[in-house]
Amino acid sequence: MAGPVLEMRSIVKTFPGVKALSDVTLTVRRGEVHAICGENGAGKSTLMKVLSGVHPHGSYEGDILFEGETCRFRDIRASEQHGIVIIHQELALVPYLSIAENIFLGNEHAKRGLIDWNETLRHATELLRRVGLDEHPETRVADIGVGKQQLVEIAKALSKKVKLLILDEPTAALNDEDSGKLLDLILQLKEQGITSIIISHKLNEIRRVADSVTIIRDGQSIETLDVKAPETTEDRIISGMVGRDLENRFPDRTPHHPEEGTAPALEIRNWTVHHPIDQQRKVVDDVSIEVRRGEIVGIAGLMGAGRTELAMSVFGRTYGRYAGGTVLRDGAEVRTKTVPEAVGHGIAYVTEDRKHYGLNLIDTINRNISLTALGKVAKRGVVDEHGERQVAEGYRRSMNIKAPTVFEPVGKLSGGNQQKVVLSKWIFAGPEVLILDEPTRGIDVGAKYEIYTVIDQLAAQGKAVVFISSELPELLGMCDRIYTMAAGRLTGEFSRAEASQEALMRQMTKDKQAEKDEEVTR
Amino acid sequence: MSTDVTAKTPAPAPPGKGGSAAAGGLWQLMLDGLRRNMRQYGMLIALGLIVALFAVWSDGDLLLPRNVSNLVLQNSYILILAIGMMLVIISGHIDLSVGSLTAFTGAMAAVLMVENDLPWPVAVLLCLAIGAAAGAAQGFFIAYLGIPSFIVTLAGMLLFRGLTEIFLEGQTLGPFPKDLQKVANGFLPEVGPETNYHNLTLLLGFALIAFVIYQEVRDRKRQHEFALEVLPAKLFLLKLVALVSAVLVVTLLLASYKGAPIVLLILGVLVVGFGYLMRNAIIGRHIYAIGGNLPAAKLSGVKDKKVTFLVFLNMGMLAALAGLVFAARFNAASPKAGLNFELEAIAASFIGGASMSGGVGTVLGAIIGGLVLGVLNNGMNLVGIGTDWQQVIKGAVLLAAVGFDVWNKRRVGS
Repeated sequence: MAGPVLEMRSIVKTFPGVKALSDVTLTVRRGEVHAICGENGAGKSTLMKVLSGVHPHGSYEGDILFEGETCRFRDIRASEQHGIVIIHQELALVPYLSIAENIFLGNEHAKRGLIDWNETLRHATELLRRVGLDEHPETRVADIGVGKQQLVEIAKALSKKVKLLILDEPTAALNDEDSGKLLDLILQLKEQGITSIIISHKLNEIRRVADSVTIIRDGQSIETLDVKAPETTEDRIISGMVGRDLENRFPDRTPHHPEEGTAPALEIRNWTVHHPIDQQRKVVDDVSIEVRRGEIVGIAGLMGAGRTELAMSVFGRTYGRYAGGTVLRDGAEVRTKTVPEAVGHGIAYVTEDRKHYGLNLIDTINRNISLTALGKVAKRGVVDEHGERQVAEGYRRSMNIKAPTVFEPVGKLSGGNQQKVVLSKWIFAGPEVLILDEPTRGIDVGAKYEIYTVIDQLAAQGKAVVFISSELPELLGMCDRIYTMAAGRLTGEFSRAEASQEALMRQMTKDKQAEKDEEVTR
Repeated sequence: MSTDVTAKTPAPAPPGKGGSAAAGGLWQLMLDGLRRNMRQYGMLIALGLIVALFAVWSDGDLLLPRNVSNLVLQNSYILILAIGMMLVIISGHIDLSVGSLTAFTGAMAAVLMVENDLPWPVAVLLCLAIGAAAGAAQGFFIAYLGIPSFIVTLAGMLLFRGLTEIFLEGQTLGPFPKDLQKVANGFLPEVGPETNYHNLTLLLGFALIAFVIYQEVRDRKRQHEFALEVLPAKLFLLKLVALVSAVLVVTLLLASYKGAPIVLLILGVLVVGFGYLMRNAIIGRHIYAIGGNLPAAKLSGVKDKKVTFLVFLNMGMLAALAGLVFAARFNAASPKAGLNFELEAIAASFIGGASMSGGVGTVLGAIIGGLVLGVLNNGMNLVGIGTDWQQVIKGAVLLAAVGFDVWNKRRVGS
């Protein structure tokens, strides 16, 4: 039984309009821990969905060989029967069922349709011992923490006689201690002969558990490195992750040099936010940033860095539990405890999730645009429909929103046009500070350029712009200054001249552990 | 979903190819308009068909002036409730308590006027305040404490029904003052010379027609002024003619009997008022926004809790109004009053185009839905269909109306 346990050859997966995977080859040796890393949207999760049958055979091109056999999985059940189990980032447990019930959900120990509780509990206890979880199997899943829930997922995988365990960003939601335990468990399972694939962008984590690492970038597998080899440094991995040309085009921007002496348009001081449910966990940890008029300031970070959480908690405390910090506008402290207060102080937040947080999809373009500032087209509480329509028509033309009339439901527009509606809506609100969260996510190149142009114009008009993005070239192309965040903390600040993809990525993949190590070596 | 929208929509009206094609062009225009506004016109057409069906089936009895008058009186309280219910459903909630609240305010009215001889205008105002307070209490639990509206109003349904029986001690209480009865059952007073028609009703009808024409023409002119797209002239004319003739027919029918019922006037004020509120007032927009996408509305600065609270307060007040009209019409407050009214009002809203998930619907839609149910009831009575089959048929109509809506939405792909 030599040879690799898994081979994926030249996998190509297209979604309507997007090529998510253009050519991925992955070889995993028997009994190793194989890491996959890459930027947000590089195609890591899609690849694992192809492997586990979420995207069934026939919906992609290329071959999958598992234990030397060609596999054609129709669904997740088929891949699980072969011993391939995937644990997704969002855990798939039923909160109000017990640990034991969750472990055997869909796979119950039963005789003629009736559950054999004795066997269920015995087996569950055994599995919990194997994953090192000291909880009674009849405890409700809702009553244990996320870290322990992760272990329940692994126990569930073990109950399915797993041969290849896939973990998608398993430590993203965990604190340091739980992360450590989980990584130890992966190493233990390795000793028991279970091969694992771990998707992660925490480099110190990869160094700790993985034997080899495959780097994926823009839907292609770039290279596979031996982690234990001395030449595989973190810098080496980073250069693999970002080594792409700056081929995207941006409007010509004259970099902004703020005058000294004036107060920044927006300043956030020592901002700390706790997770809304797991209140022990700091999602944003003592972050201080500032933006000046006419300046575009980027915030770079990977999944779980806390960028959106920072923005939303500043904007009317719409995320998490506030645990300290102040917001200053033009040098004066302001209250932004509610959305109307934040808007009243000239702050706008354009969400990364336009479908859920940005737009009323069943309503029309004009009504979506006017919603935040209805007062501007109303007299004594009554909306002037013609005035409103005129405003909307104005934005339809100036933002080039492709729709026959402004009475089109927003849900019918393409992603790029929806994004233009969200932007119009917030520009109409007349803010001085705009926080743009992934403003070009999921839209085509042409629409991206149009949105860059709008952002550039806003800055030219003297607005302060905070630009949150996962695409480094976009930040490098647009921003005057870039902050990096990792695991809720600010890890760096770069001027336009200093910033490079490698430099940013180094700070973005830095977490608390790495920082501590650094301090010790100093 | 991600395709370019401009490519899909039908080309604007094909320019007239000379006189012979004009009729075909108009037909084409109408079909296009229909296709785009299936939601709005579908139920109106269905209502027209139901009216036509029963008019023929009952040998014209349905459209006898006396019957039309009756139809308005019989359905007024459901229609009043349907207006409030539409707002509740648009905001993404439901109110099961309105039937019981209707009975409760009727009982309070009887206690105040019959037992304590309070002057009726004072008692009416007190009852409206009680209804508003009951609605506000439920709204508080729903909006500020976050208890699901289904649960809160289910509790309210039991609670107010029980209170009704407690206050009435299980008895029927009446009669109400003559003046109040007149408001609920009576007609507009007659003025002017003897004609075959009711003069004041005719006058009001003509005034309404003049207002409709003025409003539509002014709207069109303003759209021109703002250089916005307008309805093609032919279609505009057709719409105007249809509107005017509908008002004219109802006016003539009512005027040839005893005139317009006073409740119709109240109802008219409510429809216009709430229609305007939902369409043009900021609060109306906010109701649509929280029902359509609550997180997005919150992030847009909409005060969702306050809006929800007000919607339920308003529902309580309208339930009180319905309760007063109902009690005065039957000249008694009964513990069994308003039974299943909540379900009729909810059915009317859904037939009229509301969506279970909120964010969709119009006040006019609720009225059309209520009329569909009302005409069905009345028509089936006229042709002698028993109440057993009436319920079966109404159930089927509700299912068909909503089913059609769901199918249509999927077809359009929104």
